[in-house]
Amino acid sequence: MTDDIQSRLDSITPLIIDGSPHAVALGLSLESATPGQVVMSAPYDDSLIGDPESGTLHGGVVTALLDHACGMAAFAGFGAKDTPATLDLRIDYLRPAKPGLDITAEASCLKSHGLVAFVRATAHDGDPDDPVAIAQAAFMITKASKAAQEKARRAYTEGQIG
Amino acid sequence: MSQALIETLMSAPYVARFGVRLDRKGNELTGVLPFKDHLVGNPLIPALHGGAVGAFLEIVAAASLMASQPLQRLPKPIDVAIDYLRPARAQDVYARAVVARSGRRVANVRVEAWQGRIDAPVATLHGHFLITPERRAPEAG
Repeated sequence: MTDDIQSRLDSITPLIIDGSPHAVALGLSLESATPGQVVMSAPYDDSLIGDPESGTLHGGVVTALLDHACGMAAFAGFGAKDTPATLDLRIDYLRPAKPGLDITAEASCLKSHGLVAFVRATAHDGDPDDPVAIAQAAFMITKASKAAQEKARRAYTEGQIG
Repeated sequence: MSQALIETLMSAPYVARFGVRLDRKGNELTGVLPFKDHLVGNPLIPALHGGAVGAFLEIVAAASLMASQPLQRLPKPIDVAIDYLRPARAQDVYARAVVARSGRRVANVRVEAWQGRIDAPVATLHGHFLITPERRAPEAG
């Protein structure tokens, strides 16, 4: 069962990142994806600076990274079958990220049942014990996300992508 | 009002690349996020990326704080809670903020984003920001 989920994760999660124009624009990349945890990273880049004086990345980069990593963890929590939509996302910005450092987000699905999944995540710039932000989010399987998933499955089996 | 700071925020590489625009009418401010392909999160719906919508709401919150009072530095987010009410479609997004409370160090802001109809919001943000207001002469009373 877990192996099934893992093989679906291995084949589908890269598509959920490379197939997402915004994730590509920010340069988000997948480090690892297991049923228990998803790790993603955002590279430091001059074009993502939010405060020119300090050179720190814009909070929005951390927001997008956490949203994407949490969504992937929810996807894993749902058995890697349905891509969910974000219901809510709460982020605490514990400290500014250090200029020049990449950001890594680690997200875990705490619970998923029926239509809803609960996820928790941390983002750090090198030391997991000194996070820059923590997040908690809820995801839901919606009609739109289900229809999109069906489209993806058809395209995948017909060999249009992958 | 902190016009120079608003310009600093809007010309920050990330914000400029995002393409966010501010429509100002007096002290009323509406943020506009013109649709661009790179904002799409899920091309199969197609829906804008939740992170892109969240980032846009954060930018409008910060700009509104600076439009409502003189600040010395850019507001720094402490925490944000974003509710996604509807999928944000592949269209422009608009947002307006209400500064619920603005103290000497912390401001509490609510932002609402919509697309086709203002009475059908796609997302809301509620957040706290660290602020550094310009020092003013003490007011009587």
